[in-house]
Amino acid sequence: MKAPNTLMYQESHEWVKIDGNIATIGITDYAQDSLGDVVYVELPEVGDETTKDINFGTVESVKAASDLMSPVNGTVIEVNEAIDDEPESINEDPYTHWMIKVELKEAPDLSELLDADAYLRFCEENDA
Amino acid sequence: MKSYESFIFEKSTPGRKAYSLEKKAFKTVTLDAELLRSDAPKLPEVYELDVLRHFTNMSMKNYGIETGMYPLGSCTMKYNPKIHQDIAAMPAFSGVHPYQETGVDGLLEIYDHLQTYLSEISGMHQFTLNSYAGAHGELVGLMVMKRWHDAHQTGKTKVLVPDAAHGTNPASAIVAGFSVVELKSNHDGTVDLDDFYAKLDDEVAGIMLTNPNTLGVFERNILEISQAIHDKGGLLYYDGANLNPLLGMVRPGDMGFDIMHINLHKTFSTPHGGGGPGSGPVGVRKDLAQFLPKPVIEKTADGYAINRDKPGTIGQISQFYGNFGVYIKAYAFILTNGEHLKDIARYAVLNANYVKESLKDVYELPTTVACKHEFVFNGLKDKSDHVTTLDVAKRLLDYGVHPPTIYFPLLYKEALMIEPVETESKQTIDGFIEIMRTVAKEAKESPELVKTAPHTTIVRRLDEATAARHPVLTYDAHLKP
Repeated sequence: MKAPNTLMYQESHEWVKIDGNIATIGITDYAQDSLGDVVYVELPEVGDETTKDINFGTVESVKAASDLMSPVNGTVIEVNEAIDDEPESINEDPYTHWMIKVELKEAPDLSELLDADAYLRFCEENDA
Repeated sequence: MKSYESFIFEKSTPGRKAYSLEKKAFKTVTLDAELLRSDAPKLPEVYELDVLRHFTNMSMKNYGIETGMYPLGSCTMKYNPKIHQDIAAMPAFSGVHPYQETGVDGLLEIYDHLQTYLSEISGMHQFTLNSYAGAHGELVGLMVMKRWHDAHQTGKTKVLVPDAAHGTNPASAIVAGFSVVELKSNHDGTVDLDDFYAKLDDEVAGIMLTNPNTLGVFERNILEISQAIHDKGGLLYYDGANLNPLLGMVRPGDMGFDIMHINLHKTFSTPHGGGGPGSGPVGVRKDLAQFLPKPVIEKTADGYAINRDKPGTIGQISQFYGNFGVYIKAYAFILTNGEHLKDIARYAVLNANYVKESLKDVYELPTTVACKHEFVFNGLKDKSDHVTTLDVAKRLLDYGVHPPTIYFPLLYKEALMIEPVETESKQTIDGFIEIMRTVAKEAKESPELVKTAPHTTIVRRLDEATAARHPVLTYDAHLKP
């Protein structure tokens, strides 16, 4: 199970990368592996607001549909449209294929986010 | 020569036809040119025997309760006695037009009796039979809940739904105008009381539960939960999907539920799946009855009447009065079983526990409690060969068994949900157990065999992912030139 050190993670299995006032969000390797073959991703539109701990979309696999939870408050400035045509790209490389970019309203509250090591430990406990 | 692989269009031979009309029996008419089509319609040109063989062979690819065991968890695929279907097909029932309102007192009496029986069985005050299916019943029930809160001006907006609930629960709550708050489940699928109390605030309008829960485990804290919800001014909705093991034993009304639906097509043995249609009557406690949908069938001094004037109702939710043919079958089922309805619960629970105990040494059983009518394994016990629940399900097809429900609920990664129901004999259940053990053994000895199953079916393993990612939803009928 991969989790790059350069990203932060949520227990609901999204990753986030903060760059200045822009947050890039996707789902983790663990998430794509648990879901199985991803067949559809429903994403918000540019201009939509995201709210911390509220879902901003849905990822659907052959097994289940799962909410995508936002780690930050902000406004969607970019949506990765390519996923629409190739949902399988999420299975192939969930860290390259981000889902949305959000312009942050304020400095984000990172206290509940996990670093790579803590997230991997959390996944291991989850499996036990 | 038996073939299913081709469409009937591919069996077409130019000029072949399956009819002969007497020419002189018809007058020749001339149509305006613009009414004529330029090309002949692309219909298959086949004769009677082509048609007969095509559809007979196709029908033989069906799988249903009448072909073999159907242990599909959460669906209660029990046997539907033929006599009930014969009764429902009697012209006195099947020949009545939905608009006919005189001379139908006998039919209205059946509505009335069935409503009364369902109320008695479930501990509710009154039922409506107008809803067409389980999810339709949920929606009606939640609309009644909404109307009650509106009438009392409580301003409550949130409905609690466990994370293991059927997906229709949160959907119904949202459509009825509530917002949904997800409740965490314990390892055995019961409500996590700490999470429940943490989320039970003044905005909670109600909770949706099924008992036994989705893992087939009885919610032991139900009286505490219903007391707490009522103390907060909320209502309890009972999803009747899992009513089978409670028949004649425990009543949702006595557990404190205020509104519920019953899946007649599960518990009361009316056909479902391809044999449908479904039926989801909704029952409520006394002070909620005024909100039930119209029309209502009412007893009058000299018979029965259809009352369309019902102040307070949430409105009309179906064109007529639900699926009448289904009610005949359910009514007949209740009458023929009588006091033996209790045995249904007993045998459903006994069979499920028997299968569970017989297989738990080879399939992983995450809970130790006794189950009710169904239970959930977390895949094979020995996962070292990476044979998944999907592989097991596919291999069962080779043995002629309909696979159990897989990957639901989401509480376990490799969920395999088995509901043997009460209508299977011990011999059939033993046969199923034997097959499940064989598959577990194969998964260890020749994992590739299981991972590439099915091998004996008309089509091999389908590529579900590609089918969902790039669906082809049309068929272009290619007739032979």
